Amino acid sequence: MKIFIPTPLRQYAGKQDAVDVHASTVGDALSKLTSTHPDLKRHLYTDDGKLRAFVNLYLNDEDVRYLSDKENTRVKENDHLSIIPSIAGGADHSELLLHPIIRWPDHPISVGVPDPRN
Amino acid sequence: MLRISQFEHDAIRRHGEETYPNECCGVLLGSSDGETRTVTNAVRCGNTRSDSPHNRYHIAPQELVRVQRQAREAGLEIVGFYHSHPDHPARWSQTDLAEAHWIGCSYVITSIVRGKANITNSFLLTGETEEGKRFEDEIVRVVAEAAAIANESTP
Repeated sequence: MKIFIPTPLRQYAGKQDAVDVHASTVGDALSKLTSTHPDLKRHLYTDDGKLRAFVNLYLNDEDVRYLSDKENTRVKENDHLSIIPSIAGGADHSELLLHPIIRWPDHPISVGVPDPRN
Repeated sequence: MLRISQFEHDAIRRHGEETYPNECCGVLLGSSDGETRTVTNAVRCGNTRSDSPHNRYHIAPQELVRVQRQAREAGLEIVGFYHSHPDHPARWSQTDLAEAHWIGCSYVITSIVRGKANITNSFLLTGETEEGKRFEDEIVRVVAEAAAIANESTP
């Protein structure tokens, strides 16, 4: 099966965007991946061996967490496993912009062109 | 440095205006040489944080899987993400840092003031590990045409 590696982890997987492994289950696939590329382990797992909370695993288009057998789910040779760190965030209440822009010292580094619609 | 065409730069700012007063979010596709991330395509995504969309965003992992597949098929990679801060400055928040996990990628933030796009900034997530990650200010270079991105050889 093929395991797709997200951009930030490719440097720990021989700069590959995908790694082929022969595995019987999702867990077996991950184990073989980290055996071949041991530097990946600390980025995928916590010190006590648990998959980091922000790491999502998708077997083809299915979230492994919601599969009945989870990481014990059996895999086939043509399956794809995607490792996808989560994407989230948002503004904090403490930074609420209460005043017009000239009164808020916005970040000074942007060198982008001004918005022509302004 | 983040290099982005005027067209895509406008698109992510317009996205923030359209979703105001809620946060917008999306994925930046392109290429990276380590020092410079070049954006060739900004992909809009849905914000799943329906409980607090005005100050939180989250992209469904399944949507990321789809975008990553599209990128791969197009010979591109995920080089960053964007979102808006409605009536908040274009600076990363503690929430942004805590929930940022794509080290080496750019996080672009646009402040939307009363429905109008204001400042757009970019921050590079750096560090060796999740525990040591941090944001660094990143220069945004907007070029007039998408084709110019490919043709420009110097910053």
